[in-house]
Amino acid sequence: MNPHIPCRKAFSEKLFELAKDDKSIIVLTTDARFSAAIDVFSYHLPNQFIDVGIAEQNAIGIAAGLSKMGRKPFVFMPACFLSARCIDQIKVDVIYSKSNVKLIGVSGGISYGPLGYTHHAVNDVAIMRTFPGMTIILPSDANQAKLVAEKLVEHTGPVYVRMGRGPVPPVYHENLRFEIGKANLLTEGDDVTIIGIGETTYYCLEAGKLLKKNSNINAEIIDMPTVKPLDEDLLFKEAKKTGRIVVVEEHSICGGLGSAIAEFLSQNFPTPMKILSLPDDFPIAGSSLQVFDYYGLTPEKISRSVVDFLSRFRK
Amino acid sequence: MDIKYLVRKSISIRMKVVEIIYKSRMGHIGGSLSETDILVALFYAVMKPDDKFILSKGHSVEAYYVILADKGLIPWEELEKYCHFGSRLIGHPSVDIPGIDVATGSLGHGLSIACGMALALKLDKKDNKVYVLMGDGELQEGSVWEAAMFASTHKLDNLVAIVDRNRLQIGGDTESIVKLEPLADRWASFGWEVKEMNGHDIEEIVNTLNSFTFNSKPHIAIARTIKGKGVSFIENNYRWHHGELDEEKYQKAVEELKRHLEAIG
Repeated sequence: MNPHIPCRKAFSEKLFELAKDDKSIIVLTTDARFSAAIDVFSYHLPNQFIDVGIAEQNAIGIAAGLSKMGRKPFVFMPACFLSARCIDQIKVDVIYSKSNVKLIGVSGGISYGPLGYTHHAVNDVAIMRTFPGMTIILPSDANQAKLVAEKLVEHTGPVYVRMGRGPVPPVYHENLRFEIGKANLLTEGDDVTIIGIGETTYYCLEAGKLLKKNSNINAEIIDMPTVKPLDEDLLFKEAKKTGRIVVVEEHSICGGLGSAIAEFLSQNFPTPMKILSLPDDFPIAGSSLQVFDYYGLTPEKISRSVVDFLSRFRK
Repeated sequence: MDIKYLVRKSISIRMKVVEIIYKSRMGHIGGSLSETDILVALFYAVMKPDDKFILSKGHSVEAYYVILADKGLIPWEELEKYCHFGSRLIGHPSVDIPGIDVATGSLGHGLSIACGMALALKLDKKDNKVYVLMGDGELQEGSVWEAAMFASTHKLDNLVAIVDRNRLQIGGDTESIVKLEPLADRWASFGWEVKEMNGHDIEEIVNTLNSFTFNSKPHIAIARTIKGKGVSFIENNYRWHHGELDEEKYQKAVEELKRHLEAIG
């Protein structure tokens, strides 16, 4: 049985379990307790739950203050607001003040597809990546999201986590892995490296199957949940091995994982790259699947892009 | 409470403030002189060990540095390096300085952080207090009022805010830019206990701050102050918000402060 579960639910459930024993864990939200699936804290751990109301800047400041008193605050809000509305507080109160605050962006990317650009978080990784000392994690399935929650409770320092709204199919089964700053090789291959992040990893795996079946291309598939710090060792190794890198991400072409990888490889081991992403534009309205399909991020379209890319950059 | 000692302390701090601003050729002299008596009251009479303090008006950092040096948290001679290349004593507080919990300088942040600290103290059932000093111009930031609503909702009666109400911001009179009045009524309507005080009468500051009790309301003291207090040609002139002192003006300022000190005896 591999049910499709939203990452945010799995993450919050795990955090709730951990918070029962670790009273220093405290969750904050900005009138988003249900979206973040942390309403359970309000019923059972009311001393570890604060709803700040619709006041994102205040939420971050309060979390920073709590962290300075030894608490482990996790601030949950829609990623679109978390990555924009309170960015000065994140810069000063969290990053510059070296506060141990975990920033949990829910319904990220184009999860709120039909709601429009106000509710899209498609440049959040770009924004967060520019802060020194920030760790950025996008789990690819519910099992990994649980493991991320577990690791973050033990980790000291600011972290931004982005998760989508809808249920996602499992990427990990018995081979579940997550270490901050480490990417996971999911499928071996030597023709091309395809790197997924967050919800695109599953589509990359499916695209890999299509490439093998339809074109006899052996793609290696990598799940890269941590954008920062980047797993440079693995990138270097795989770029050397396959010589061609495709990144698939639910993010604007500006400043996401693709950019991060290009910044590293272009200076250390220049490698032909293709970044399949959302455009530098207001994304079209629609369900996640519709929007992914429109921008070529579904398995069939990823595989076609890979074939085209490989034909242009032959070994 | 030895008022004479505190007043003398306050004037000597002003002298050092003027000196480091003169030597670095930069700084926020108006606000630092405006807040000095409040900081002296807090650091030498009101605050208890483990109480917390946030200088939300982070630009007025010079008086704060001098006090931290006087308390032994910064080597006294390091004050000479204020705003020098590579110095940790930069123009706004940072966590690289012992005794400073959070960086400030972007206005409107301190009260939220103080709310978080006050809440943690409540949850830990500790009776320490959190003090936060804000500028009056700073109150134009909307985030201040987010925090104000939060503090009264959560009955943070261990939180004491102080406003350095010198009525001037960079561009001039606060009331001609964006009105803050009726300031006391506004805070009261947000559920705060409000008191007003003369921000240059150290005894009155101490008594006012000590009069706040655990009565289920957050507290705010609006301190009537004079920007640039203690140096007559700087006083009440918004152009001195971050004015530079040349040799002549520096000597003039020092002489005036010396006269104040002599007058106390």
